[in-house]
Parts: sequence; C-alpha cells; structure tokens
Amino acid sequence: MFDIDLWREIFQSINKNRTRSLLSGFTVAFAILLFTILFGIANGLKNTFAEAFVDDANNSIFIRSGRTTKAHKGLQAGRRIQFKNEDFDYVKDDFGNKVEFITARIYKNVQASFRNEQNSYRLRAVHPDHQYLEKTNIKEGRYINQNDLQNRTKVVIIGRLVEEDLFLKTAALGKYINLNGIQYKVVGVFTDDGGDNEERLIYIPITTAQHLYGNNDYIDQINLTYNPEMDYDQALAFSSLLTKKMKDRFSVARNDQRAIRVRNMAEGTKAVGQMTGGLTVIILVIGFGTLIAGIVGISNIMIFIVKERTKEIGIRKALGASPRSIVSIILIESILITAIAGYVGLLIGVGVLEIVAPYLEEYFIKEPGVSNSLVIGATLTLITAGAIAGYLPAKKASRIKPIVALRND
Amino acid sequence: MLNISQLHKSYPIGDSSLHVLKGIDLSVEEGEMVAIMGSSGSGKSTLLNIIGMLDEADEGDYVLDGLPIKDLTEKKAAVYRNKFLGFIFQSFNLINYKNALENVALPLYYQGMKRKQRQELAMFHLEKVGLADWAEHLPKELSGGQNQRVAIARALAANPKLLLADEPTGALDTKTSHEIMAFIQQLNDEGKTILMVTHEEDIANMCKRIVRLRDGVIMEDKKVEQVRAEQYV
Repeated sequence: MFDIDLWREIFQSINKNRTRSLLSGFTVAFAILLFTILFGIANGLKNTFAEAFVDDANNSIFIRSGRTTKAHKGLQAGRRIQFKNEDFDYVKDDFGNKVEFITARIYKNVQASFRNEQNSYRLRAVHPDHQYLEKTNIKEGRYINQNDLQNRTKVVIIGRLVEEDLFLKTAALGKYINLNGIQYKVVGVFTDDGGDNEERLIYIPITTAQHLYGNNDYIDQINLTYNPEMDYDQALAFSSLLTKKMKDRFSVARNDQRAIRVRNMAEGTKAVGQMTGGLTVIILVIGFGTLIAGIVGISNIMIFIVKERTKEIGIRKALGASPRSIVSIILIESILITAIAGYVGLLIGVGVLEIVAPYLEEYFIKEPGVSNSLVIGATLTLITAGAIAGYLPAKKASRIKPIVALRND
Repeated sequence: MLNISQLHKSYPIGDSSLHVLKGIDLSVEEGEMVAIMGSSGSGKSTLLNIIGMLDEADEGDYVLDGLPIKDLTEKKAAVYRNKFLGFIFQSFNLINYKNALENVALPLYYQGMKRKQRQELAMFHLEKVGLADWAEHLPKELSGGQNQRVAIARALAANPKLLLADEPTGALDTKTSHEIMAFIQQLNDEGKTILMVTHEEDIANMCKRIVRLRDGVIMEDKKVEQVRAEQYV
C-alpha cells in the first residue's frame, strides 16, 4: 500500500538531515562509480583483444600449397603443387555439409589507373562467398555475384582507400578503372575493419582473372569457414581430415609440412577465448570486491544513523509509533538514499567513461563501457545490502524500550 | 481511573539487583491532579514510567480505565500509549527537525488521521497553548517555556485520558515554571487527570494531592489545598 504520509516523513527526515544523507549517499555513489569505471576499463581491454582477432571470420580454414619436401610414391621432392578449379569443387562437394562459406583466391599485383592517377595494388580474384569470409563491408554498390562468375564480367570491387587514391574526391561507382591495360567497371566500394592494407585491395571475379591472366584454371588458395555449429574439437577433426584428403589427392607424404598447409583459426580463437575468460574472472573479482567495500560502508553508516536516532525513536514510540513503523521508516530511508546515490554514481561513472574513452585507445582500451544489466544488477545488490544493513539496526532500535531511548541524552 | 496494587520493580545492577519499587498501592480518580514526590532514587520516575507503559512492572496489578495493563505486546503498548496517555518531559523531547506544528501532529499521525485533519487539530492545540504564531518554527528557535508548551500541546493532541508529566518545570526558570503550572492547572480545571513527578515543594503544592515516596514505598498520601499559579504570573 502506498502511504503518502510515510513518504512525507521519510523525505522530511532526509531533507532535514542533509549531512547524514549526503554522507551515506556518497559511500554508495563512490562504490558504484568505482565499480562502473573498473568494469568499463576492463571491458575496454577485452574489446581490444577481441577485435585483434575478429577481422576475419574466426571459424576460417585456409588451404595453401607449396613445394613438396619429401619424395613420395615415386615422385621427387621439390615438386610444385598447384590447386585448380577441380580441387576447389572437390572440397566444396565432398565436405559440403561441414562448410559454411567457401572461396578460392588468386593473387596478383596490378598497376591501376583512373585518368591521371595511378598506383599499384594487390588484386584478389575470388568467389562471391569471399565477402563473408573476409568480413568485407560494402559501402556502395555490390559485391561479386554468381552472374559475374558465369559471364566472366569485367567488374571490380575496390577498397575505400583505392577510391580515395585514384578517384580523389569523386565517386568511383559506375566508372571504369584500368588494371594493367584492361578496363573494368567499378561496381562496388568496400570498407574493412582490418586496417588500411585491407582497404587498398581490389576484388575481381575469379573466372575473369583465370580467363584474362593466363587462360587457365589455376587457383592459389582455398579459404573456407566451417559450419559454426561444430564445436572446437569437431572443427579440429575436420581440418585434419581435410589435410589428409588433400595430401592423398596430390600424392603428398602425410608428414610433408610444406606441400599442403591447412591453417585452422579455431586454434587461435580458443586461446583468445581463454584469455578473455580469465580477464572476465579478474574483472568480476575486482568488481565484487568494490561492491563489498560499498556494502560495508553502508552498514557502518546505517549503524551510526540508528544510534544517532535512538532518542527520536524513543519519542516516536512514546507517542504511539508501532515497531513496524519504526523499522519501515528507517529501512525505506536507507533504501531510497542507496538507490538515488547508486544511480548518481552510475551516471557519473558512465559519463567519465564516455569522456576518457578517446584518450584510452592508445593504452589498448577500446570502447570501455558497462552493460546496463550489469549495472542494474550491481545497484540492486547494493540496495539489498543497504536494506539488510539497515534492517538489523532498525529492528534493534524498534525493540529498544522507549524509556531507555529517552534516557539517552 | 487508575488502580495500582502491590507493584514491584527491580533493576539488575551487575550481579545483584536494585529493588526500586517495593509494593506500591495507588489509585487515582478522574479529574485528580497528583504530585509524586521523593528524593532521587526514591522510585518516583520508575513509577511514572510504569504508569506510562514505558516500562514494565515485575509484579503487581495495574488497571487503567478498566483495562489491565499487563504483558502487552509492543504493538498493543504503542496503541494504548497513543490512545490513553499524553507525556510531558523535563527535556521536552521534541523532534528537532520538525517544526512546532509537525511535532504536535505526530501522535495524530500514529493514530492514522488524515494529514489535513491532523494539521487542523494540531493548530487548534497550538492556539490553545498560545503558540499559533510559532507553528512553523523549529524547537531550536523557541525558548524553553515555548518548547514545553509545544510539548503540552502535543500531549493534548490525541485527547488522552491521563496526562503524565516528568519534572515538567525541571528545565525552566521560576517565572516560566509558574506559567507552565498555571497552564497545567487550567487543563485540570477542564477535567484532565494529571500525574506529575516533581521534587519541588512549591510545584507540588500547586497540585491537589501529594504522594511521597521514599525507598520504594509510599510514605505519605494526602490531599492538599491547591495553590493557584496564576497569582505568581
């Protein structure tokens, strides 16, 4: 039941005892403030770690080829292994249900020019799936599609920095760019979180590249992502199976480390996961410690408050206050102060994080912040703690005989 | 109105105990004005506290207005105090952060009276003690005599059957004491039953009956000719 008179009593008590209220509020606000800032900074560290590894899809597997180092099945060492379209199709068809996205890659260096501007860039000829593997963000236009593959269209998707370099301030979309003497239409411009190098790339359809540069069906590399429903062990089993099959296919010795190399990102991902997990535990310990310090502070002040008000409680009881009304007036006051102060501490903490965030980036703290649910949880914990801390002294005070309280001059 | 028989009370002091009240028999009729006198340690304040349900007797019976006061729960004692008793203390015992009006209205708040109604009633009682103009003032802004009058207004606010005063003039100078006593006498004239603890003869003589205590027993219980306080004011 909402008792307006009870609230009036409480607000009057808070208002008339400002020092006391501010003092207890300060403890709570400070605890929440520290908690927010510590947690925010730790989260920033976590973000930095996480980001260092999210540039590419973290369930990627790369298959590369090289020269054999061991003689095998009557074939000499030093033989060069060259992947072709049929190898790409083999992986795609034979492991279809384990593969999420798959693309081949051909690397080239090209001299690109538009009007008077020219520069050399790395070129990647790829399948449409490449977009998801590389986490390429299309800024304008589109990515390579199936139609480009079939018709070997002469189209390119260029990085943001290529557009800046060659097209200066004009839009590149729809214009024609010259790569090693052949004109290509720019159908897309992309950005990439992986840094400047990743934005100085040019993508073209793989079939176009095979046709124009060599007229063969060679590919340099096969990239794929495994089905994300697979767990870590399944992913490792998959990549070792893949390694075995590919080595058999090219008659490479099983223990030849150079001829066919399969790299599974899951290994790195797991290490990062463990590190952020450890960091989370440390953060929780620190945060919990801060909260406990705050709780102890509130308890101390509540005991002090009740002691200070013993006489007032005696007077109220002599005038007919029931024990319950004594308990509730002290309890609600403590909860109210804790809640308001906790909220203020939270606002200050979030504000501080917002202000210092840009300066912290060079210390490997990126986008520090705390989740709302966590902060609400912490505030609720503090309020509960304030209630418990206030309840015991308040209960004790309500049991004091008024005669004893009144004698307390 | 009030009947006490064979009341005993002792306080533990270390291992032994101090027997403060050793079988008190006292009855007070409606409309009486009784002074309880005695040197310090005679048990007079203890007796008043038991009558005021601020303390409990170890043995004996206490009947107030037909209600036996025994083994009360905290809640029940609070209700009885609120309904039947008005307290006036030596040190006023006003709540320092509440103004005069709010202090007077507090017993009415604990009766569950609506805010508007209790403020009107509190104002009525403040007017009665002549402090209507001081309603918004805090206790620290009032003189001792004014504070005691606020306390009296508060004691009257809930219209109690019995007014209990513990050295009501103990903290006041002679002139102010007489003003307060004149006011208390006036209340008695209007029919209020009043019980007061004092150690001053002249104050006691302004009551209608004096009960003298010594070492926890009643030495003397006599009716006296009331000295009116107005003549000194």
